[in-house]
Amino acid sequence: MREEIFISGRNIPNIDPHLNIWHWQIPVYLFLGGLAAGILFFAALYTILGKEKQMPTTVKWATFLVPVALVLGLFALFLDLKHKLYFWQLYTTVRFESPMSWGAWVLMIITPLSMIWCATYIKELIPKWDWKFEFLNKFEKFAIANRKPMAWALLILSVILGIYTGILLSAFNARPLWNTSILGPLFLVSGLSTGAAAIMWMSKDHFERTLMSKIDLMLIMIELFFITHLFMGFLASSAVQIQAVGLFLGGQFTVSFWVFVVILGLVFPAVLEIMKLRGYKIPVAIPAFLILFGGLMFRFIMVEAGQITRYLY
Amino acid sequence: MRYAMAIDTKKCVGCSDCVVACQTENNVPHGYCRDWVVEVMDGTYPNLEMEIRSERCNHCDNSPCVRCCPTGASHYADGGIIKVKPHKCIGCGACIQSCPYDARYSHPDGYVDKCTFCKHRVDKGEDPSCVSVCPTNCMYFGDLDDPASDVSKALRNRKYKALAPEAGTKPQIFYLI
Amino acid sequence: MKTRRDFIKISALGTAGAAVATSAFSTVKAGSLFDWGEKTPLDDSEFIRTATYCEVCFWKCAGWTYSTSKGDIVKILGNEDDPHCNGRLCPRGTGGVGMFTDKDRLRNPLIRVRKEDGKSVFRDASWDEALDLIAKKFKEIAGKHGPESIALFNHGSSGKHFGHLLKAFGSSNITAPSYAQCRGPREVGFVATYGAGVGSPEPTDIRDTECMVLIGSHLGENMHNGQVQEMSEAIDKGATIITVDPRYSTAASKSKFWLPIKPSTDLALLLAWIHVIIYEELYDKEYVKKYTYGFDKLKKHVKNMTPEWAYGITTIKPDIIRKTAREMGDASPAVIVHPGRHVTWYGDDTQRSRAIAILNGLLGSWGRRGGFYLKESIKIPKYPTPKYPKPKWSWKDALDGKYPLAGLSVANGFIDATIPSEENKYQLHAWIVSGTNLPLTMPDKDTLNEAMNALDFMVVVDTMPMEITGYADVVLPECTYLERYDDIRSAPHREPNIALRSPAVKPKYDSKPAWWMAKELGNKLGLEKYFPWNDFEEVISYQLEELGTSLDEMKVIGVKKFDREYGGLYMGDGEDFEFNTNTGKIELFSTELAALGFDPMPKYTEHPEPPSGYYRLIYGRAPMHTFSRTANNQNLVDLMGENNLWVNPKVANIWELTNGQEVWLENQDGAVSKFPIKVRITERIRWDSIYMVHGFGHSNRKLSNAFGKGVNDSELITTVMVDPIMGGTGMRGNFVTFLTEDPGKEIES
Repeated sequence: MREEIFISGRNIPNIDPHLNIWHWQIPVYLFLGGLAAGILFFAALYTILGKEKQMPTTVKWATFLVPVALVLGLFALFLDLKHKLYFWQLYTTVRFESPMSWGAWVLMIITPLSMIWCATYIKELIPKWDWKFEFLNKFEKFAIANRKPMAWALLILSVILGIYTGILLSAFNARPLWNTSILGPLFLVSGLSTGAAAIMWMSKDHFERTLMSKIDLMLIMIELFFITHLFMGFLASSAVQIQAVGLFLGGQFTVSFWVFVVILGLVFPAVLEIMKLRGYKIPVAIPAFLILFGGLMFRFIMVEAGQITRYLY
Repeated sequence: MRYAMAIDTKKCVGCSDCVVACQTENNVPHGYCRDWVVEVMDGTYPNLEMEIRSERCNHCDNSPCVRCCPTGASHYADGGIIKVKPHKCIGCGACIQSCPYDARYSHPDGYVDKCTFCKHRVDKGEDPSCVSVCPTNCMYFGDLDDPASDVSKALRNRKYKALAPEAGTKPQIFYLI
Repeated sequence: MKTRRDFIKISALGTAGAAVATSAFSTVKAGSLFDWGEKTPLDDSEFIRTATYCEVCFWKCAGWTYSTSKGDIVKILGNEDDPHCNGRLCPRGTGGVGMFTDKDRLRNPLIRVRKEDGKSVFRDASWDEALDLIAKKFKEIAGKHGPESIALFNHGSSGKHFGHLLKAFGSSNITAPSYAQCRGPREVGFVATYGAGVGSPEPTDIRDTECMVLIGSHLGENMHNGQVQEMSEAIDKGATIITVDPRYSTAASKSKFWLPIKPSTDLALLLAWIHVIIYEELYDKEYVKKYTYGFDKLKKHVKNMTPEWAYGITTIKPDIIRKTAREMGDASPAVIVHPGRHVTWYGDDTQRSRAIAILNGLLGSWGRRGGFYLKESIKIPKYPTPKYPKPKWSWKDALDGKYPLAGLSVANGFIDATIPSEENKYQLHAWIVSGTNLPLTMPDKDTLNEAMNALDFMVVVDTMPMEITGYADVVLPECTYLERYDDIRSAPHREPNIALRSPAVKPKYDSKPAWWMAKELGNKLGLEKYFPWNDFEEVISYQLEELGTSLDEMKVIGVKKFDREYGGLYMGDGEDFEFNTNTGKIELFSTELAALGFDPMPKYTEHPEPPSGYYRLIYGRAPMHTFSRTANNQNLVDLMGENNLWVNPKVANIWELTNGQEVWLENQDGAVSKFPIKVRITERIRWDSIYMVHGFGHSNRKLSNAFGKGVNDSELITTVMVDPIMGGTGMRGNFVTFLTEDPGKEIES
């Protein structure tokens, strides 16, 4: 028998018996960041492809969710900070090795940019809108004229944001469950998938809906492929990672992961969408909601479970 | 200069004086600690073996906590001591997640706190508080670059190990075994 | 019929319980929002440094209290010149701050009042009121039964002041559980052998030893500072440690040989070792010839006590017994068979201690380098006060010939003497209890309760609302050792030395030092002439001047060493040495025991074994706590907040226990623990025993950190095997079983 115990000290709030320093705020932040990245990606993509007309929800209406999601996400992050009055220190320095710093700066750029993007469409949404100030009208004209370059910027930034939501976790070597580089692409794809689901849900246009549905289906397949690789990678890795992934393979997160993330969040909505594409009448809200819910659960479970995994004790 | 510590597991009795001395020296709030004691026992009665270790921040050479800090609050101070500037720390918790030793905690005042090797004492030429009180004299502190330091001498004469070296952080607390 | 002395929780009346927020003192430089500085602890030079010696345990290490000008105590560090600690306090000494800051401290005197419904409560009282009441009661009781019927139970420095008061009043009935519940048997065993006791600190020359044998003694967990420091030094030097213990103790883990003995059979092992050492001629022949008496008798006595004989009893293999005996022989005389400290186990403890003493005698370790050094202390001159009146009787008379070799008073004897009966001619009617929490200290709680019920009056002096305070008529709040003067510490050591205790800050709340209480009470009892000083500082000052130093000097140095006066630290080669025994020699055969009709040489006797389904209750120490007195100390609770029940995996398997599961315990007499204890499944304990650290399971809700945390082993010790030689209470003959369901015991507070 091996017995390894703390005989003193170490009964620290949120550290013991296992790390629990990040609560609901971080997964919500990651989810909203991923969702915003997804919507912006498609808006930018179809703007660049010149499909504004065919894809009005994608390019215009859904993007109004983005500033809201980003601001709420940033607010959740702010709530997570324990030394709140000093949050501005994030913007006194750029630290290339710190994912947290990357995220803060990307959000600092992408949030106003997304607002400008929405501003260029606000008169289409609310025809009576008046900017009141002349310089704003001038700025609006300037922005509208530069939508394409803006779209390019957003396309790149949204991919960075999407990957960042995964890298924030995967950069921590100390948490074996997070420490896999597949988490970046996986969270990006998951973010794109939730973005597509949101657009699909909002869209009233059959073509747009069907296209987004197909895209989503493809993203789900990629996600399942990445998840398979995630497990293959872990099981072929070091002892701490094999132990870590055990949380999903018989451990305490097995049911929540496989039921809520994989089955309800990926497989079941995929089946529904296939059925829908084959002509079955299924309200779009059901697969869309499940995908969004699955994406949120995935982040909750990863954040929670990852903190349990450690090197020692 | 490279500060480090060597701890003799053969002498440590796990009394935890290091823990309480750190608390009073550094005004660590009740319920928190910057160092702690671990006991590892192996075997079946009556063939047993036990190791006792006083643990703390490893002041790693390749510190993930410094790397992941978004504000530069966590930094390398003189001699490789890892410190946190409370007034730069936003309390995001990234460094806590990054530490394979779970040596950091969130201070009730909001910032992240941890062992400082008692830099305020070391700067005056004294040993860290935990080392200076240890009744078994089982801890050696000093500069690895100085062959005459207590820690260099201890490491020269004994077999030793570090904790979780596979985490790749190059820890600077060594356990004499 | 007397009313039951029902237990009261402190301050059922009054407002003393009103929480006063502990001052949040700042030892770090504060910073504003835009302050880029770092939080750095203040430099030691910014604090006030005051000399003290520790009272958290009774090793009494000297140290320095660091306090702020606002009256907050920040930390306590060891005094470098102190041979007890060499500048390094143990966790309890370092955590002594927690005694001062404890929010549950007694704040003001309390007096028991009886309400109309017959229930008792405490009310807050002024010092004058409380002391007047005590004086009135003492006079009444002395008038009726004589002053001798008032007794003092004490442990620690404050007891000295009340001892002085009682002796002045005419009673010499003063006792401490540290004798008959702890180290008494070893003192008697060594006195019977060497004519000198072991004392505290033990004069074991551990730092220079080549071989140390620990019989159930768990140095390291028993954090007697100097010894632990020297053990560490010995480990560094490569000394062999042999540990005999059914539990894999910390010391066992540091040992070359761990002998996992069957509990209660140590004496058989010791006798087998004596056999091997004699018959393999491993003993120190010259030493034995020159200094010992009765070798031939001993040789004959142990003839058949072979390792093979002991194997059947102890389960320790004969070759291991021989090997370890040879290790001792090889190291002789730099070998220590450690006398232990808490040795009241099986009722034949004096005889076991005798065997240890004999073994040391054969190995020639007494008075030798690496064995036992010849300790020396300095006598503190007495402050001139009149001679005490001669009491008409004392505890010796009350024992009526029982326990003839009790060198000090027997606390359990005092309890027996308090219970009225036909035969009891020397009944005690009032107690002062100072610094000892009897309900968690004394075994056999029923007898203790019976005695307390029979008492006319009880005064309890403590810093904390310990369980004993609930039984008092008057509770006097004492300030902690950090807030008071006490007697000068003079303990025997390699070099004679003294240490000063002086107050670092003013007493918190309305608490007072014991010397003040004793003096004020003395004044009210008409004993002014015994307290011819205004402040205890005067007494210390006088004594220090007599010793050739001064209070001013001692405040700066804290500890002063003196030259030895009576020869070297060790016996010289072939030096003539007269031992204080009947024969003037080390008595391998004890003439004194023989004369009193006891076995002159130790014999192994069998002790009861656990019935099926029961496990022997073994208790011990943790390095972070001192008995029950530190269980509420926040600094130490941070380290260890409750005790666990060590259970061998085989036993856990049978009972289907899991790690961390809470169980209650019931002993062979049906005594059930008040609280549950968490199971710790570990290979470190034998399958026939369970183990827990002593001092937990407090039942007074006023101890907010300690209440209900773990189990109090004392309440499960109802069978006591009394040592007929000196009255020690053997407590290791109790067996417990597990209750996995809450037995629903009523908590009295």
